[in-house]
Amino acid sequence: MTEPILSVRNLQVEFASRRGTLRAIDGISFDIAKGEVLGVVGESGAGKSVTGLAVIGLIDPPGRIAGGEIRLAGLRIDNLPPEEMRRIRGKRIGMIFQDPLTSLNPLYRVGDQIIETIRTHLNLSETAARRRAIDLLAEVGIPAPEKRIDGYPHEFSGGMRQRVVIALAICAEPELIIADEPTTALDVSVQAQIISLIKRLGRDHGTAVMLVTHDMGVIAETSDRVAVMYAGRVAEIGPVQDVVRNPLHPYAKGLMGAIPTLAGDDKRLVQIPGSMPRLSAIPRGCSFNPRCAFAFDRCRVERPEPLPRGAQSVACHLYDNVPAESAA
Amino acid sequence: MLAFTLRRALQAIGVMFAVGIIAFSMFRFAGDPVNQIVSIDTPAAEREAVRKSLGLDDPVPVQFVRYFGNAAQFKFGVSYQFRQPVSALLMERMPATLELAICATVFAMVLGILMGVYSALRRDTLLAKLFQAVSLIGISLPTFLIGILLIYLFAVTLGWLPSFGRGEVVKLGWWTTGLLTLSGLKALIMPSITLGLFQMTLIMRLVRAEMLEVLRTDYIRFARARGLTTRAIHFGHALKNTLIPVITMAGLQFGSVIAFSIITETVFQWPGMGILFVQAVQNVDIPIMAAYLLMVSLIFVTINLVVDILYTVVDPRLRSTIGRAA
Repeated sequence: MTEPILSVRNLQVEFASRRGTLRAIDGISFDIAKGEVLGVVGESGAGKSVTGLAVIGLIDPPGRIAGGEIRLAGLRIDNLPPEEMRRIRGKRIGMIFQDPLTSLNPLYRVGDQIIETIRTHLNLSETAARRRAIDLLAEVGIPAPEKRIDGYPHEFSGGMRQRVVIALAICAEPELIIADEPTTALDVSVQAQIISLIKRLGRDHGTAVMLVTHDMGVIAETSDRVAVMYAGRVAEIGPVQDVVRNPLHPYAKGLMGAIPTLAGDDKRLVQIPGSMPRLSAIPRGCSFNPRCAFAFDRCRVERPEPLPRGAQSVACHLYDNVPAESAA
Repeated sequence: MLAFTLRRALQAIGVMFAVGIIAFSMFRFAGDPVNQIVSIDTPAAEREAVRKSLGLDDPVPVQFVRYFGNAAQFKFGVSYQFRQPVSALLMERMPATLELAICATVFAMVLGILMGVYSALRRDTLLAKLFQAVSLIGISLPTFLIGILLIYLFAVTLGWLPSFGRGEVVKLGWWTTGLLTLSGLKALIMPSITLGLFQMTLIMRLVRAEMLEVLRTDYIRFARARGLTTRAIHFGHALKNTLIPVITMAGLQFGSVIAFSIITETVFQWPGMGILFVQAVQNVDIPIMAAYLLMVSLIFVTINLVVDILYTVVDPRLRSTIGRAA
């Protein structure tokens, strides 16, 4: 395998608070290869968005990256000086945020915001940048881009604004796009369009995508691999079919069980009892143990490390000392 | 857009009409105007003659319409104490007050915005904290005290600046300006600071609060994620969004600056409309007081109108909602 576009090793992110340091991300590792879409799922507060922000270097004080390393195509980027990191943001890593209604500056024309971003990163003249902006708007599926480029954000619908946001994220041909819940704020009918747009762009440009969402449907449809996060750790990571059809971690099993099917059986959806611990009260050992039906003594004392299981990797003591064959 | 402007202009005329009623009724509340014109031993027949000649025996509505009609043409009657047309007196004093108000506002805007932006961007520096402390002083110290302190320091102790008056003025048509002579400029410094300090601290605090608010918004975070330079984010994206409420406030405050210049003008013996008004109050010179009231409200109403229109220039969202409404 060639070198991954993004490689995160043992990343830790902490937030200093009045009541001590809270660890939002506690030692996560994952890779994203060129052209690959990695879905990141988990409940609210599992650390999905913080992971994305850490990669693009936008963790604001009182938060900080406390340990581990992030490499972009081999280059370590978690400890770069701010000015160098700024040059990478938007140029080599693009980001799409959740709410397209608030992501664009309301006082500037859409085109001016795109041109500004293009000219920050690429050495283009005003007219060349404008031409490129029109092409980008056409590429993300905005009709009559040569007219719409002079519109203000409020003249666009939510879905159209998210397209503009995507155009902004890809305007300097980044190697990696971080999409933080790109469809959550959108209409269901528009969601599918945006998802297929992101997928198509990733394929056409060979861009790696980190897709953060809590929507398993979106993940199943878009991703090549999926990482299930729980309380700041990766519970399970693997190819999307494997994880969806054959989840290993009890939490992942619970998540998959909570997806309604169209098959028509009117069984009650499985619910995971309890809720995710607050950052200030993460239990000892495996953070999932209070909610886990399979928890045993070891889970309450010792933190499970990721164990390879075929193409998957799972952080659960259930799979320790068990031969790989009998796991499936 | 035109419909919007016209509607706002009509509202403004309504407000001016209401103020006109108040100004007109001042003449009645302060007693019989004839008594204030004639002396105590004037015979009754002569009083009636005066009453008739001034049209004061007409029914009240007729008098009001006449007063308002005259006021619309900037005729406010004759001052009791000066025996001169009020409009001439006001015109003579207006340049002094306007010049002072404009200088004070420019001072307040420039320094207020600079200090506000600085203290928002460098929140934890010593200088930012100093600005905050100074702004508290500016907000809580009364104007006259600041004026007196400045006079004591720079005029009495150091002797750098004149303690009163406008200095030498140059006539430009009917307008007199102190901006073209050195003594005029020197005389302008302390009154401008005195008058503008409160506005400056207000603007500074507003800019700081708005800027901090804007810096937390999603589009600023997205602008950072796009890798824009800090400079472009702070001064292009954040400041422009900050300026909308600042324009409103500075605009509305300009009316107060003119209205409250009374105190500053008194402290510095500035020959403007404020001093004229204070003298009018002392001498129960109703025509001047009524005219001053009308004029200050005209200024307020005009500024409101201009600010509303300026909004649409700065904020494209308003432009289209107004366009749709119209």
